[in-house]
Amino acid sequence: MKKMKITPDKYENELLQIKKISSEMVNDCMQCGKCTAGCPATLEMDLLPHQIIRYLQLGQFHKVIESKTIWSCASCFTCAARCPRGVDLAKLMEAIRLISLRKKGNNRLNVEDVSQLMTDQKMPQQAIVSALRKYSK
Amino acid sequence: MQGGIKLRKIGVFVCWCGSNIAATVDVEQVVQEANKMSGVAYAADYQYMCSEIGQNMMKDAILKHNLDRVVIAACSPRMHEGTFRRAAEESGINPYLVEIANIREQCSWVHKDKKAGTEKAIALTRAAVAKVTLNTELIPGEIDVVKKALIIGGGIAGIQAALDIADAGYKVDIVEKTPSIGGRMAQLDKTFPTLDCSACILTPKMVDAARHPNITLHTYSEVEKISGYVGNFNVSIKKKARYVDMDKCTGCRICTEKCPSKKAKSEFEEGLKNRGAVYIPFAQAVPNVPVIDTDECIKLKTGKCGLCEKLCPSGAIDFNQKDEMITEEYGAIVVASGYDIIDLDKFGEYQYDHPDVITSLEFERITNAAGPTNGKFVRPSDGEKPKKVVFVQCVGSRDKTERGKSYCSKICCMYTAKHSMLIKEKYPDIEAYVFYIDVRTPGKNFDEFQRRAVEKYGVQYIKGMVGKIFPEGKKLMVHGVDTMSGETLVIDADMVVLAAATKAKSDAVDLKRKLNISTDINNFFTEAHPKLRPVETASAGIYLAGACQGPKDIPETVAQSSAAAAKVIGLLNKSKLVNNPCVSAVDESLCSGCLACTEMCPYDAISFKNIEIDDHGQKIKKVVADVNEALCHGCGGCTVTCRPGAIDLKGFTNKQILAEVDAICR
Amino acid sequence: MSLDSNIANKNEEFKPLIVAFCCNWCSYAGADLAGTSRLKYPANVKIIRVPCSCRVNLNFVLRAFQHGADGVVIAGCHPGDCHYSTGNYHTRRRFSLITNLTEYIGIEKERFKVDWISAAEGNKFATVMNDILEDVYKLGPNKKLRDARWKI
Repeated sequence: MKKMKITPDKYENELLQIKKISSEMVNDCMQCGKCTAGCPATLEMDLLPHQIIRYLQLGQFHKVIESKTIWSCASCFTCAARCPRGVDLAKLMEAIRLISLRKKGNNRLNVEDVSQLMTDQKMPQQAIVSALRKYSK
Repeated sequence: MQGGIKLRKIGVFVCWCGSNIAATVDVEQVVQEANKMSGVAYAADYQYMCSEIGQNMMKDAILKHNLDRVVIAACSPRMHEGTFRRAAEESGINPYLVEIANIREQCSWVHKDKKAGTEKAIALTRAAVAKVTLNTELIPGEIDVVKKALIIGGGIAGIQAALDIADAGYKVDIVEKTPSIGGRMAQLDKTFPTLDCSACILTPKMVDAARHPNITLHTYSEVEKISGYVGNFNVSIKKKARYVDMDKCTGCRICTEKCPSKKAKSEFEEGLKNRGAVYIPFAQAVPNVPVIDTDECIKLKTGKCGLCEKLCPSGAIDFNQKDEMITEEYGAIVVASGYDIIDLDKFGEYQYDHPDVITSLEFERITNAAGPTNGKFVRPSDGEKPKKVVFVQCVGSRDKTERGKSYCSKICCMYTAKHSMLIKEKYPDIEAYVFYIDVRTPGKNFDEFQRRAVEKYGVQYIKGMVGKIFPEGKKLMVHGVDTMSGETLVIDADMVVLAAATKAKSDAVDLKRKLNISTDINNFFTEAHPKLRPVETASAGIYLAGACQGPKDIPETVAQSSAAAAKVIGLLNKSKLVNNPCVSAVDESLCSGCLACTEMCPYDAISFKNIEIDDHGQKIKKVVADVNEALCHGCGGCTVTCRPGAIDLKGFTNKQILAEVDAICR
Repeated sequence: MSLDSNIANKNEEFKPLIVAFCCNWCSYAGADLAGTSRLKYPANVKIIRVPCSCRVNLNFVLRAFQHGADGVVIAGCHPGDCHYSTGNYHTRRRFSLITNLTEYIGIEKERFKVDWISAAEGNKFATVMNDILEDVYKLGPNKKLRDARWKI
């Protein structure tokens, strides 16, 4: 495992953007892990919720934006409700998702793939519609 | 110069305070400007005016230039007013002819612009010079000291302070709300880091307190009203009716065994066991006399029963007893009222309603050999021995949201390590897990203590929090995370112990109003200075000891109690106290006798008197206001209430304050 | 820090003067705490120490305005916490009297403020001072009550 380089300026813009969108202070987190302990969606995650915020604290934005975690987050707000420091992690996740989606050419869901999704009997149509609204430009 | 106005010779000394002032205020310019101010005969500067060299420089200048009053432009008067007053007195100047201009905390430290800061420093110095020009010599009066101390609270803090004061030869009263002294320490099983049996080290002190000729215990009593001032506190104490004659009772306990009303939950046992209506809180209670709970007693509620009265071999039960009010005088008061732990109703994720999820205090009672399970470590739900126990730290502590307390409760890391080791000592096959955020073990031998739990006893310490506890059949599924390895985990626990946050007692606000001392936002009593005056309050004569001032463990509590006792002994030792001379004074020629000031005074320090004055040859009798200088605290409210402006406050007269306003607004 | 620069840009010549009467036990200590915590507020605020906020006479407030102050603040302990137990209740009553009078004689009500600042509230002290300065900046210099012998 390579040694991580801590370069605070490298992702300064992205981190500032996260702060602007979510209005949450990443440094408020004391890494207690209560968010991860209560999160119902950790099965599908590669990085755990508290690790996401740790990487943000260390300025490692690239690790966060490439993770599966931010897309597995169900926005159930259990983490936000229980955090002893009052950090709304769900809002932070949304901010990271938005930054990813706003990048040029980032269509997470293409219109062509919708027909494939509709073959899944269990997939609610509402989910497809809202996903299309959110995930494609 | 007799009769005329004496020309002032004011000395102005401006301090650099190293670079604290000099960095943002041009000290030399202030000195230059000071020299131009009217009345100033000498102005100088120095790096550290409060140092011995600085003070000597001031004293030399006073003698050399015949200065009669002094202005120091330096740090806040709350820091060094006393220092400079003493120095002036040593040079022969009345200490009240000294004024301080605060050019550090209120100037150099808050303004970055040197020009603006210097201008402000000059204005503040000018105001101080204007004020000191009008200062008069003030001589402090003397107050008697009642050689008796009051301690509110009979836990280890109160007991230790009482023993120290009593051993020094002074009389002490302890007022304790519950039927017995002992407090929280009596509820504990063993204490960290020595693992001494808590009752074994506490009960000798409790007995000493009861037997000491200088100590009087007022148990099952509360302080009702406090008036007066340092050296002379007048306190009303309500001694609640025990319905038991303390002189006749032998402590045989027949009444407590036979009482038919057994529905009340024992407060001492944290609700894990029931008690009768007539009860002694615990076996080693001091005094060893029961108390009848009026809400639970069948006889007191309905008139029927009275079994205890019939069975008592000494005829000590007396249902006709009434609450008694007594008033006592004290020279000093120590507040040692203790702490509670928070209610866990806002922490639903920990499932506190489940009988097998308990708080740390409940755990102490369960492991205690004299507790509800006779020391057997069993589940409250079915009485079976647990195989896996999970400890959760920081329940409600370090929590910035409305649910919890933002502070660290200090004792939980240590007592959790203690709890886990106590279990492992008795039952090595039980698995113990501790979920923590940080482990805080700052005291002597504390870290070694906690590491023993991990290294010697195999307690599994997991750095992460618990998300939620799901009861599943007989088990409690604890969902947590190990942040260090990055794994979420679930433990099928049989019991969960929550280290709930400590909080101030619910009647702390009530007590603070009675004493007129302050509490912080968490309702812990505020000390006079967090670093240098940890046992005093802002009110002279009232001291703090123990967890009522902030969460702390037993060694710190005992240290603080002895410190408070030392302060009390120092106070009671004085034959007379010197009082604040900045009191109100009435100009009888102007006073109209309306007595509006008497209504306003918070200390009832103003009364009236009849005088006879000579008005152009005619003798007229009139009523004028009269200030009791011992009671007057110098707030100055009366001066504003006075319509003719007859009453003024020495040290802060109307003319002085107007002179300050004029000097600033120039 | 941004406030200082904002103010400097707005009106270069107008240097307002705020006189603050602070009670020795709470608000003066709070001002000291603001200093110890190195909080920043503009140097236009000058503090006069009084033993209790109830010491402040209407005369002092009017004198301050008369001699050129653009704003006056009386800072005391929180109600219920007065070091002299009931002093600040009297301040509270006088506050309504003084505001009525100053409004009647034409001094804008934003120029006079009474606030409760405890010894632990260094932050609040700085905020209160910054706020009244901002208000006074918007209103401009106090010309309503002044000594007629002065030429302004």
